[in-house]
Amino acid sequence: MAFLDLTNLEKVFGTNRVVKDFSLGVDKGEFVSLLGPSGCGKTTVLRMVAGFETPTSGSIRIDGQDVTDQRTNQRAIGMMFQAYALFPNMTVADNVAFGLKVKGVPRAEREARVIEMLQLIGLPDLASRFPFQLSGGQQQRVALARALAPQPRVLLLDEPLSALDAKVRVSLRNEIREIQRELGITTIFVTHDQEEAMSISDRIVVMNGGIAEQAGAPFEIYNNPRTRFVAGFVGTLNMFTAMVEDAERGLITVAGQRIALATGAIEARNGETVNLALRPEAIRLGRAVSCEVVLPATIEAVHFLGSVIRVRARVAGTVVALDTFNRPDQPPPPLGSTAEISFAASDVILLPA
Amino acid sequence: MTRFFAWTAFLLGVLFFVLPLVGMTEFSLKMRRGEYSFDAYRRVFEDQRFWDTFSYSLILAGATIVFGVLLVVPTAYWVRLKLPQARPVIEFITLLPLVIPAIVIVFGYIRLYNTSSVLPLTGSALGTDFLLTMGYATLALPYMYRAVDTGLRTIDVATLTEAAQSLGAGWITILARIILPNVLVAVLSGAFLTLAIVIGEFTMAALLNRPAFGPFMQLLGANRAYEPPALAVIAFAITWGCMGLIQLVTRFSKHERAKV
Repeated sequence: MAFLDLTNLEKVFGTNRVVKDFSLGVDKGEFVSLLGPSGCGKTTVLRMVAGFETPTSGSIRIDGQDVTDQRTNQRAIGMMFQAYALFPNMTVADNVAFGLKVKGVPRAEREARVIEMLQLIGLPDLASRFPFQLSGGQQQRVALARALAPQPRVLLLDEPLSALDAKVRVSLRNEIREIQRELGITTIFVTHDQEEAMSISDRIVVMNGGIAEQAGAPFEIYNNPRTRFVAGFVGTLNMFTAMVEDAERGLITVAGQRIALATGAIEARNGETVNLALRPEAIRLGRAVSCEVVLPATIEAVHFLGSVIRVRARVAGTVVALDTFNRPDQPPPPLGSTAEISFAASDVILLPA
Repeated sequence: MTRFFAWTAFLLGVLFFVLPLVGMTEFSLKMRRGEYSFDAYRRVFEDQRFWDTFSYSLILAGATIVFGVLLVVPTAYWVRLKLPQARPVIEFITLLPLVIPAIVIVFGYIRLYNTSSVLPLTGSALGTDFLLTMGYATLALPYMYRAVDTGLRTIDVATLTEAAQSLGAGWITILARIILPNVLVAVLSGAFLTLAIVIGEFTMAALLNRPAFGPFMQLLGANRAYEPPALAVIAFAITWGCMGLIQLVTRFSKHERAKV
């Protein structure tokens, strides 16, 4: 049995079923992200684990103990919020010590733990400051220390990086991951930012309309999306329609080009239309040696992103995005020019209808 | 031109508020014929009834404030946290004391809690004091509730509550250690308004026949010339002293200063 076990969770608000039959097992020390668009139910799942919402049905077990009907303050969880939620009337040290005080930890032990936590988050000199005297990043670090101080069984992160600026967000997410690994604490992280989820998670659960569409390692989710929604939500995706020529042999036709799919036989009828997807980085500008499919294209837009250049080209009536590395000796193609794009059949993702 | 009108309006406003105060203070100092003196103030302070009634009202004000805080802070907090849809109803209820005259409330009390009732509170001095405290709390309710509610609006009640709960805190800890300290200035404003109401209240204390400051002021005003304005000046001094205290608390409370 998993350390944190969510079984058939369901939450209904009035007539709105926000979470539908959601099950998830999280191993001890694992970092799992719930990823999805606004309103997909990811925060509701987290709030049910925290005890802020009571599931309409289903159960929540932590370390084998059923906590479904337990109050939040009895669950031994730690939580970080988007809005930091530091207590404005308390100093940094008092904020970190709050959970320990509530637990009745003796003063000397409490003070030692506060120092340890502040060192862990790299802010040992700010113990006497008030939250309003700290930057957003510092406040969120203190919130992390406060959540970790009472040694919770599960750490819950509710979009803790959303209110921070881009640079701080990247550095703080790495810090959170390092600390999580160091302490080996089971963590659930809620985010709508797929890059954030991919960069720090052991496993990602992609949610849509209250259900878990797919769960897996970031590499698996990105490269082998099982549903059209996952494919579209995680990363950028180019969609093509293709005609099935020989379903048994996995032969399809795109813009007059025959492609033999790496998967072999496909579940479709000959002559039927199927949806294909390609990641921008799988498409090359020009003919590449490893790419057996070559299609003519017209360059419609060029976005210079620094180390990467994203080109938008029209191919067989569809606009596709492709990424190429920036090389000073190879300037991007001019707008309106014709070019060839190529890709390998093995990179094609066949999406269910 | 705009500046001229602004200054004129400001000066007229100052005159409107300050002139009566100056006139009253000046009159209170004229007890001795032909010269200014503090005789009226001395006479007030020498009167034992002043100290008795003032300390009685002060004690009742303290009890009213404690009861008001215990009633209003959890109520306003709960309404904000769990029952936002009930806010209009609660606001209406808290406004009722402004439209129902104190005399109606006190007659209701006398009728409900007289010596031949099930709960004969008016049968003893302590019982009547309790009844008077409840009456004062009712009169102060609109001011206390609004002050606390305004204070609660400045903090993220829901998230702070959830953060405290996730750290193991129960409702009493949350109220005492998170919510109350963060709305302390608002509570103090409410407490100060309550104090002002209790110190000056006449109707309830007179009809319940309790030795409060309000009836004493009325008695003095009906029989003396110079002492009543002296008393009014003293009352103003107490009021301004309280306001100064609130400012001091705000200044020394770092997190409150951050909200300004």
